[in-house]
This record gives sequence, structure tokens and C-alpha cells, in this order.
Amino acid sequence: MATAPIVPDRHPPATRGWYKRNEIALTPWLFLAPAMLFFAVYVIVPIGQSFWISFHEWDGLGEKTWVGMANYDRLLGIGDQNIDRKFEVSFWNNLRWLILYLLAIPLGLFIALFLNQTVTGIRLYKSLFFFPFVISQVVVGLVFSWFYLPREGLLNAILGLVGAGPINVLGDPDLATYGIIAAGLWPQTAYCMILYLTGLNSVDPEQVEAARLDGAKGWRMLWYVILPQLKPATFIAFVVTIIGALRSFDLISVMTNGGPFGSTRVLSFYMFEESLSEFGFRMGYGAAIAVVLFFIMLFFIVYFLWSMYRDERGAR
Amino acid sequence: MRSIIKTSFAAAVAAAIASTASAELTGELKIISDMSNPAPRAVMEGMVADFQAMNPDLDIELTIVDREAWKTQIRNALGANPPDVVNWYAANRMRPYVDAGLFADISDLWAEEQFAALESTKGAMTLDDKQWGVPYTYYQWGVYYRKDIFEELGLSEPTTWEEELANCQAILDSGRKCYTIGTKFLWTAGGWFDYINSRTNGYDFHMQLARGEVEWTDERVRQTFANWRQLIDMGAFIDDHQTYSWQEALPFMLNGEAASYLMGNFAVAAFREGGLTDDQLDFYQFPKINPDVDYAEDAPTDTFHIASGAENMDNAKAFLRFVTSAENQTKINAGDALGQLPVNSEASIGDDKFLQEGFEMLSSNASGGIMQFFDRDFDAEMASVGMEGLQEFMVFPDNLDDILMRLEETRARIYQ
Repeated sequence: MATAPIVPDRHPPATRGWYKRNEIALTPWLFLAPAMLFFAVYVIVPIGQSFWISFHEWDGLGEKTWVGMANYDRLLGIGDQNIDRKFEVSFWNNLRWLILYLLAIPLGLFIALFLNQTVTGIRLYKSLFFFPFVISQVVVGLVFSWFYLPREGLLNAILGLVGAGPINVLGDPDLATYGIIAAGLWPQTAYCMILYLTGLNSVDPEQVEAARLDGAKGWRMLWYVILPQLKPATFIAFVVTIIGALRSFDLISVMTNGGPFGSTRVLSFYMFEESLSEFGFRMGYGAAIAVVLFFIMLFFIVYFLWSMYRDERGAR
Repeated sequence: MRSIIKTSFAAAVAAAIASTASAELTGELKIISDMSNPAPRAVMEGMVADFQAMNPDLDIELTIVDREAWKTQIRNALGANPPDVVNWYAANRMRPYVDAGLFADISDLWAEEQFAALESTKGAMTLDDKQWGVPYTYYQWGVYYRKDIFEELGLSEPTTWEEELANCQAILDSGRKCYTIGTKFLWTAGGWFDYINSRTNGYDFHMQLARGEVEWTDERVRQTFANWRQLIDMGAFIDDHQTYSWQEALPFMLNGEAASYLMGNFAVAAFREGGLTDDQLDFYQFPKINPDVDYAEDAPTDTFHIASGAENMDNAKAFLRFVTSAENQTKINAGDALGQLPVNSEASIGDDKFLQEGFEMLSSNASGGIMQFFDRDFDAEMASVGMEGLQEFMVFPDNLDDILMRLEETRARIYQ
């Protein structure tokens, strides 16, 4: 911003340049330009490319062959084909992830409320609870896969103590996905906890005091006084958890590699397998999966953007 | 095996080629290798050092890439500004690069006299009647077993399926499992299928299946699975194998909870590291199932290729000649180097009982043919769907009909 000189300038300024005249209108765009450029190059254009590739058959090396909707027909079982079973399994697993991953929010809230007190060493406890979010997902996956090991694993040792039979969580196609989600909940809960802890800092103590005078305590206090003030934190927790659930990839890759017999695949993993893995390089089909995943994500993103927009208008 | 005269003649020719070539080589040579594990890495670096010593004026640039990562990176590497020489695998695994014109046709190299000694692997390097690379090492597959357990139970190496089943029953009765296996990464199950299918229906049928010429729902394929199921129903394989990698399945054998392991020869190093001595560990060829069928063996071959966009074609060819020369083959495949089998028939085999036995088996008792392994013989997509089905079959053999239907659907789509 140009500031007006304190002492009046007695030399009349030369005719101002085009930029000077439009400075106020242009400057914001100049500042936005790098971000917009990179967003376009690294996000918008690749989305368009994915759509384009999904209409082709392409091994990533040679010529692309136009196949129209054939990839989608095969994926969704349109026409005389059966629906791609790998896709079906991946889709339902994605839904399981979405729903169960949301457990991280109440769990995180509970731990945050529990830790939101002043006792000696509370900082240490907080950092210990936050620890799983700091370590890499790959390490989380490894630790949990050892935990689940059918013979040496801690889980079966514990189950043995209460007399329950040994189970092979990651080897059982009906259990494996839940086992991985449980592993994912560990860091995700920590993430939600930290969001709520910062949120709790900004809870107005006067409102709490007033509520207490009115005789509110326990659940009613939480529900009617604390939670409404935590709404921004809850919103962010929802966003990161849902995006996290849809992006789940590293845990699956480390813990089961999609197995046993493909029962733990999700869409992102299936997309990777089809297009980029050792036996993959069916870029067109992989891109078609990516497009489907994109629309699922878009549904949530649009909802979030819309509710943010609504809140901002309401705030005005 | 061969006359001394011929051996020395070939050696002389090899030496002559090497020496004439060395006098001329100047310029650059860019190599990207996937030999990233400690022992192979030392071998690769040693080879480059030797080649450098022969050609002091040559500027060699060696890049070693992680072996797993290379499987996906090779595409980019070959695309723009390619290196001269790269590592890859034989047989159908070359197909995408051959079709895309990224590997150079080196049939002229194979026509040279020196390459007569590589005849046994020529088929694996041939696609569309041309050769696309040279092998540098290969290794046998077979059943590695705990000799001490076999002796304790009074068992001998089986040669027929009936003996195999009887042995297994005796091992099971002693409270052990017959075979350890880890199928988390799927390919180990491919080895079992290769063997049971080729022993049941023969090499030619197996390769027809690999080329997609036979339906998966064919009665002969079902026979293969029926034979396999005999073992599964006996409880011959360790429990929960779908959770383990092949390395994680090793302790079962090391601890004596399982008596044998169908594996490639690279497992021997792991057995020895795990504390098994040569008195405890031995090897037998996978037994016959159908007596009318000749032995066919899995012997995967690792290879060098020249990129079609190579800038230093002559240097690259000289390097491939050097790699496959008898002298170098003896050196790099020795027990203290790669510990595998040399591809050059003039080279000598390392002083190791498994290498000796494996070489003997492949050269005199594999008249059916040499398979490259499930994931190299079959089309890539077929292989990945297939191995997943094999793993499922090993856990839930009752799902066979569904699995075969799925594989057949895939076959029909891929090979249409």
C-alpha cells in the first residue's frame, strides 16, 4: 500500500503509469497469482488429464487408444458385463473406513476433555497422547501388524489370558479391514484430540461460570455449553477425518498389501495397483478409478465448502 | 561335460573379443542397475571396476537403484534420455518394453560365436524371434528340507507324488508341518502352482496356459488344483501363511516346526544365516506327479538389456559380452559373490553343494523345459489376478469354482 507523504509534495507527479492507476485492483491478484498458477498446474490440470486418460487404454509408454466409456463400463458393470469385483470390494471398504474412522472424533474429544486439566506433568501426558500422530503411518502400520501377529502378537497373548481363541486379524478377509481401521484410529484420535485441546483453550470461562451458577453440570454442561463453543474444532475434525479415511493407503500397503486375496483394498489402493504397481500400468483403468474416487471426494468437499460459506454469511 | 579343447577354444575367443574390444573403447557408458542388495551390489560394482580396468579410457557411470523401486522406475528411466545398459528380467516381463520399442534388438550379438555358450537361456531372452537382452545369472527352484528331521523320521527324498504324500503324512504325525510358506506377497504361491501344474499336465500345457491359450476352467487345470488340494486338506502347509512374507516364514523351518520349503536357491543364504548347517539342510527336485510328464523346472533368469535410445551402443554391447564371458560368469556367480548359477556353459559352478546339485538338475534332469516363474511367464495382469486366486485357494480351497471363474473372466478379457 502506498502511504501518502506527510509533507505535501510540491512537484506535481508525472502522469502515473497504468499499473499505478490500477494498483488497488491489481495487487491482490498479483499476490494470488503464484498460488493460482501452481494450483492450476498441479491440481486442476492433472484432474483434467485423469479424465482424459480414463477414456483411453494406455500402458504409460506407447500410444493411447481411445476406448470411450469402456473403462467405466467394466468398472461399474454397465451393459452385459459383471461389475468389477475388486472395485465393489474397494468401494465397500471405503465406506467402512468413512464410517468407522469418524469414531476418532468422539474418542479425541473424550481424551481432550480428560487431559484438559492442570496437574503436574500434564504437558508430558499430552505429548504422549499426541505421539502416535507424530510418528509415520508406516511405523504405525508395522507396530500394529506385529501386535496382530497370529502367534507372537500381543493381541493373541491378551486374548489367551481371558481364554479367547487365537485370531489372525490380518489374515482373515472378514476382519482384516477392521484391523487396519483400528490401527488408523490410533493416530487419527490423537489428531482430533489436539484439535479439541486447542478448541478448549478458547472456551469462554465466563459462560462456563454462568452455566454453573444456573446449575448445569456433567453431560448437560458438555452438550449445551461446551460443545457449541467447540463447533469450529468439530468442523475441522470432521474434514480431516473424512479426507483421511478416503486417502487411506499407507496403512493398507504396509499391513496387508491389499490382501488377503484383495479383501482390504480401498479405491486409492486399487487405483495404485492398476496404474503404478509392479503388475499394473493400465493407466486408463486406473484413471477411471481415480475419477470415481474424485467424485466421491467432491461430494464431501462441496458439502464442506457450502457449510463454510453458509457460516461466513451467517457471521456477517 | 564338454571337451577340453572346445572349452579352451571358447575361452580364447572370449579373451580375444574382450581384449580387442578393450583396445578401442572410449567415450561413455551409462549403466543403471537394480542389484541393490548387499551381495549383488558388491558384484555389480566389482564388474564395473573390472571393465574399467580393461578399458581405462572409458568413462563409466554406474547408478544402482533399489531393486523393488526399479520395477516401476524402469519406465521413466527408459523414456527420456535413457541410459545405455539396464537390468531387468527374462521372458514375458520384457514384453511391454519390447512392444514399446524401448529395448534394443541385440540378435546380432547373439549370433556371435561367444554366445553359443549361452544357448540354454536363449529361449528366455527371445520374443518375436529376436533377442532383447543377455542373462547374467539364474537359480534353481526346488524343495529345501531339514535333513535331520527326515533322518529322524526315517524318510528319504521323494521322487513320486505318492512318496511325497506319504512323507508328508509321517511329518504331520510327528507334530510338524510339511511345508512352510509365506503368501502375503502372493508370488510364493505361484511357485507351487508352476510345479504342480507342470508336473500334472506338462511344460507345454503350462506355457499354453501362460499364453492364455487354455481356459482356466479346463478340466486339466482342475486336476492340478485337485492334486494341490490333497496337500491342503492334509494340513501340509503352515497356518496363517497369508500373513507372512517369505522371510517371515523362514523361522518355522529354522525352528523345526516345518520340514521343508519350496523356494529358489536364494533362500539358502537365509537358511545358513538362520543357523542351519549343511548337515541339516538338503535339497530335492520337486517329485513327479504324472509319471508320463517330463520334469520342468523354475529357473528365473536375471538380465541386462540395452536401451534402444542408448547413445553408446558399441560400448554397451562390449559390456554385455564382458558380463556373459565365461571368466566373468565364474567370478560373479561364485559362492562368495552371487551364489547362483552361471549362464555360460563354459563357466565353472561355485563350490557349493546346492549350486552343484541345482546345476546338475537343470542340465540333465529338466528335459520338459525351463520356466521363468509364474509372474514372469504369465501376462502381468493375469499374474496378479492369478496369484491372488492361488492365495485364496490355499486358504479357502472350497472357493475354487469362484476363483477359476474369476481367472477365466480375466483371461478372456486380456487375451481377446
